[in-house]
Amino acid sequence: MRGLKQIIESSDNIHTGIAAAPGIVIGKAYIYRKEILNINQDVIEDVENAIVLFRESLEKSKKELLKVFSVAKDQMGEKRAAIFEAQLMILDDPFLKSSIEERIRKEKRQPESIVHDEISKYQQMMKMAHESYMKERALDIDDIKNRIVKNLQKRRWESKISNDVIVVSDHITPADTILFTKFNVKGYITVYGGLTSHAAILARSLDLPAVLGVHKITEIIKTDDNVIIDGFHGLVYVNPTEKQIEFYTNKIKHLEEINASLAELHDKPAMTTDGHEIDLYANVDVSGEVHLVITNRAKGIGLYRTEQIIEELGEFPDEDQQTKIYSNLATRLYPQPLTIRAFDIGGDKVKFLDHEEANPFLGLRGVRLLLANPKLFREQIRAVLKASINKNILFMIPMISSIHEIIDSKNLIEECKKELTAEKIQFDKNIQIGIMVEVPSAAVMAQDFAELVDFVSIGTNDLIQYIMAVDRGNDVVAYLYQEFHPAIVRTINYIVHGSKRANCKVSICGEMAADTLAIPLLVGLDLDSFSISPAVLPTAKKIIRSFSYEKAKELANDCLQLNSQEKILKRIEQFFKENNIQRTRNIL
Amino acid sequence: MIAETVKIINNAGLHTRPAATIVKLASRYKSEFFISKDGFRINGKSIIGVMTLAAENGSELHLTFDGPDEEKLAFDVIDFFKRGFDEL
Repeated sequence: MRGLKQIIESSDNIHTGIAAAPGIVIGKAYIYRKEILNINQDVIEDVENAIVLFRESLEKSKKELLKVFSVAKDQMGEKRAAIFEAQLMILDDPFLKSSIEERIRKEKRQPESIVHDEISKYQQMMKMAHESYMKERALDIDDIKNRIVKNLQKRRWESKISNDVIVVSDHITPADTILFTKFNVKGYITVYGGLTSHAAILARSLDLPAVLGVHKITEIIKTDDNVIIDGFHGLVYVNPTEKQIEFYTNKIKHLEEINASLAELHDKPAMTTDGHEIDLYANVDVSGEVHLVITNRAKGIGLYRTEQIIEELGEFPDEDQQTKIYSNLATRLYPQPLTIRAFDIGGDKVKFLDHEEANPFLGLRGVRLLLANPKLFREQIRAVLKASINKNILFMIPMISSIHEIIDSKNLIEECKKELTAEKIQFDKNIQIGIMVEVPSAAVMAQDFAELVDFVSIGTNDLIQYIMAVDRGNDVVAYLYQEFHPAIVRTINYIVHGSKRANCKVSICGEMAADTLAIPLLVGLDLDSFSISPAVLPTAKKIIRSFSYEKAKELANDCLQLNSQEKILKRIEQFFKENNIQRTRNIL
Repeated sequence: MIAETVKIINNAGLHTRPAATIVKLASRYKSEFFISKDGFRINGKSIIGVMTLAAENGSELHLTFDGPDEEKLAFDVIDFFKRGFDEL
């Protein structure tokens, strides 16, 4: 079988984007274009009739939107459906209505041109705001504008989509996502949108492959073109060659085989051949992924990234909203544990400050931002405590770099506990508090820090960036982002030993733990648990079950003596060969 | 006419939910109610208008109330701002 590298090198029909949802699909493309509305600017005679038509279009839009709202509540949950409720209020806005009617009377133009003009004015204002959520809001309002205009033109709002297609679109609005679920769409490709856009969230919760942010793809692909989506690597193949189709057909077959063989492992523990068990937890970004956690038999959620709630809602959730979200999640998982990580805002995640920081990764992010905004931090702590009533919640603080940050955070937690006790609200009095070790200073101080907390989780993505002093988003130096650099291996070893001396459990979260090649090494380095993407969990389990802890220990000890990534990788590959472990990394 | 300057004190700022609450609150009264910020002036009883105000924590808004029940309206709205939209 050819390798992926050869397939890519020999072709010019491949386009790359963000790998937003995993999976492979081969199918027919359907270009979903927002129809460019032809706005009729004509002068009208019968003004009163135009006003009646305008009012009818509002009523019709309201009826349609109520339907969308109820479907959305079923499929996406109340929170994400809230956008449709706001759209409904806009249809009832008396001032919008009267200013449009006034202009129809005065300017005597087709109502559709006035509606378009009036709502666009508000969108312009929203786009001028510097917050990114305001710009998103302007896009959402497109839905409502187009809906009224289409109803004035007496056209049906819903576009016809063929069944079983791969949707290719510039961007996808909340209303579109609802439409697509009805047509058994097989995958998505968009020009705009990132990992947290509606399209990505929907694709992941429906288990559909998606590649987003593909430059000009709507101009390249035509409806009915054959397309392959490789959602693992963020690749799109337009009218693939026979060789490419053969390559991916084999991959799909292979994936199905793997899934079938993994399914057999479902009820077996992630235990080495000599009986050393590793707890496998899942990382979760959006609540829609919870079913994957459950079907893949994770021991619980090892990392719930709460900043994604802000991305999803487009605003900060208040204490009650957070309490509801955390309680729901904890209840669905019960009795398995849910590790909630406090908002990790700043860096490249969720803009908070108005001004640009010169070095956001070295700036106000994680616990620094939380302690600088105690009100925000307090609300989250109170919500986490309230949701902890069944004793299956752990709370984790990101970006700890000095001991004061631990002490201050713990003091704040104690204050919140006192408040709740005074308010006679129940919570888990012994809730476990942990820290992320992802900054070099915290790695060096691991034992001292671990003595103050209940658990430690190593965040490899940031740890590698900070230790190697490399921005992995920067192509010029990305080669220095080395998961298997001896400094990384030795640092992880140092953190594990320090934490264990303090009687603290150590887990690892971050992409390194999901790299099949790293698994035996991490087991040998004595990590108690891994928290990884739920989709790779069965694969990780299969690998852990194919070697002995004793051999993994040997491997780790050898790697700790080596002085370059190349030597470490060579030693690891030798381990895979000796233990006859099939490496799924080659397949994906 | 009553005029007053208020400050946004909740973390999340004037997002969709408080915007909706302000509109619902103001719609109970007969008096006119306007909000100005950075040269924009919008009708406080219009949801699409209030939604265009990107008013984050710390920003100041200028409110005017005018009409037969302006005092009650002003009290209700200003109180809602002072309570940090009930999100403190």
